Amino acid sequence: MAEKKNTCDLFDCGHRACGGCGEALAARLVMQAAGTETIVVNATGCMEVFSTPYPETAWKVPWIHSLFENAAAVASGIEASLKKQGRKEKVVIMAGDGATFDIGMICISGAFERGHDFAYICYDNEAYMNTGIQRSGATPYDASTTTSPAGKCSFGNKLPKKDMPAILAAHGAPYVATASVAYPADLMQKVEKAINTPGPCYVQVHVPCCTGWGFEGEQTVAIAKLAIETGLWVNFEMVDGKVTKVKKVVRKPVTEYLKTQKRFRHLLKPKLQETEIAAIQAIADRNAEKYGLDIKLPPKKG
Amino acid sequence: MMEITEGSHAVAEAVRLSRPQVVSAYPITPQTHIVEALADFVANGTLDAEYLTVDSELSALSACVGASAAGSRTYSATTSQGLMLMAEVCYNASGMRLPIVMSIANRALGAPLSIWNDQQDSIAMRDCGWLQFYAEDNQEATDLHFLAYKVAEDATIQLPAFVCFDGFILSHTYEPIDMLTQEQVDRYLPAFNPAEKLDAKDPMSFGMYATPDYYMEFRYEMDEAQKRAKGVIAKYGKEFGTLFGRDYSALVEGYLLEDAETAIIAMGSICGTVKDAIDEMRASGKKVGLLRIRVFRPFPSQEIAKVLSHVKRVAVLDKNISLGAKGATAIEVRDAMYGSTIPVKGYVLGLGGRDIRKKDIKEIVSLCENGVGDQFYGLRKELI
Repeated sequence: MAEKKNTCDLFDCGHRACGGCGEALAARLVMQAAGTETIVVNATGCMEVFSTPYPETAWKVPWIHSLFENAAAVASGIEASLKKQGRKEKVVIMAGDGATFDIGMICISGAFERGHDFAYICYDNEAYMNTGIQRSGATPYDASTTTSPAGKCSFGNKLPKKDMPAILAAHGAPYVATASVAYPADLMQKVEKAINTPGPCYVQVHVPCCTGWGFEGEQTVAIAKLAIETGLWVNFEMVDGKVTKVKKVVRKPVTEYLKTQKRFRHLLKPKLQETEIAAIQAIADRNAEKYGLDIKLPPKKG
Repeated sequence: MMEITEGSHAVAEAVRLSRPQVVSAYPITPQTHIVEALADFVANGTLDAEYLTVDSELSALSACVGASAAGSRTYSATTSQGLMLMAEVCYNASGMRLPIVMSIANRALGAPLSIWNDQQDSIAMRDCGWLQFYAEDNQEATDLHFLAYKVAEDATIQLPAFVCFDGFILSHTYEPIDMLTQEQVDRYLPAFNPAEKLDAKDPMSFGMYATPDYYMEFRYEMDEAQKRAKGVIAKYGKEFGTLFGRDYSALVEGYLLEDAETAIIAMGSICGTVKDAIDEMRASGKKVGLLRIRVFRPFPSQEIAKVLSHVKRVAVLDKNISLGAKGATAIEVRDAMYGSTIPVKGYVLGLGGRDIRKKDIKEIVSLCENGVGDQFYGLRKELI
């Protein structure tokens, strides 16, 4: 674990992320788990931009950024090179949801198929935040973004969130997990497993974005927690394609989560959009059923 | 040792002898024979490399970027549409100063789809910061790979390089090749040992973003490296000549230019046809010569202006067209000869594999003598 490795902050202070950035917080935890013998491949996006304005860098490990869509292929080349040289560093990819769910799919599919040994960490803040909050394949149903705006004829993003963990599990990835910045110890354990499991492993981390989702920066962890408590985000692990661990919860209604963020406010004001909220609740209910989320409380004693 | 072999196989053998540690390959006609041969070498233990069969050209070159940054000598090959899919990575690799060497079996670009030869693909990438070598025959296509690695990896250059040879016309043609031995290549080409690489012992950040306060100097440094490459090519090209008898120090090669009145400028396999046409024109009293461009990037402007100072006219043959302007070579030659009164006429020809014969070259010389040029040559009038 992190204490033993004494890595301090391999993703160091001084970067330009927004105050309260879930992604920056998660990156720090991921690097604590990864340790010094790591080469980071970063896709284009917020993290790359806020951490490496030349000539400054927040990275105290070897780090490379090539393009938006090719991090998995660049990582493949690095891994092949390390293997050829007999070097032991671990390769960790850092990419946002746009780079992962959308533009990077071809390179990701090829890299997972080839079975390179790397850990792919997807920082899922559910839209293209670096370019100004446009929808991605990870944007949840009904979220208002700048390319899926809520309006008189629309409740926001009409498409469901793509199931990337299932796609990568179907590629034969030996370890696939979801995690949340609200649960740091769990996140770090999953990153360690992803790094130490031979082959291409995937961890998708829920990282609330105060700027893109519309909330105050001190709410990041609370909102990430609410996503899990409402069943809209599920923390699980898959080993060899089978779900082996799920974080169970006493579920709250989805409105508890929706009301905290401006991207969903059109569902609540000026009037409650009951049909839409019911549709979102149904997503949470399906998650609960699929993953067995609900903790059965003992009946209250009279 | 002389052997009769296919161009693609000769190139693959040159790559094998260059000892790449990571090869990343994606099939595309007419390049495919190269990567098939390399796969065969790996399968039979004669090439000790990591061989990645990737999902696309995008991944092919991206994997080379990663492997090169991690300190390995890398290789890929492509052509045409594949090179276009790599375009973004090409700019990225040169910007990060990664000395990747890639063969281009030159082919036309669609639409309409064409698998046949012209040089539109690599010419379309002329601004991306890679060195560009063009081979006339398969001996040269083979040798230029050794030179390309040596120049690209030189500490004062650190730029990637295309070795271009005409698809099908060279890639699928059998010619006698004097192939170097492993000992000879090892003597010429040292192991890749970059001063900077991704290494946990000495962490560095590659591929950061640069604000307007910093960006331009990166581009300037790349341009300076391109210019320095002229001298480095001269040095290592000469060394190749000293060791193996074939001198590649010159960026341009003259053929019967000394007393020529009409100079033809061309690149690649067409130059063999041009030389034969020149021999016949000379026999009938026409003083025609050829200036062959072997290195298109860096562009040999001064060299061209110098050797052409005495001619009466210049005919530039382009197997490419910058649509709405002219062939790329004609544009650049005219720039090289700015201030001279020698007329420079451009001829766009051979696009999409249209054959070029000796009589075409003779006809172009006649057109040039009559001041007619800056046009397509060899169009089928009945189709337009």
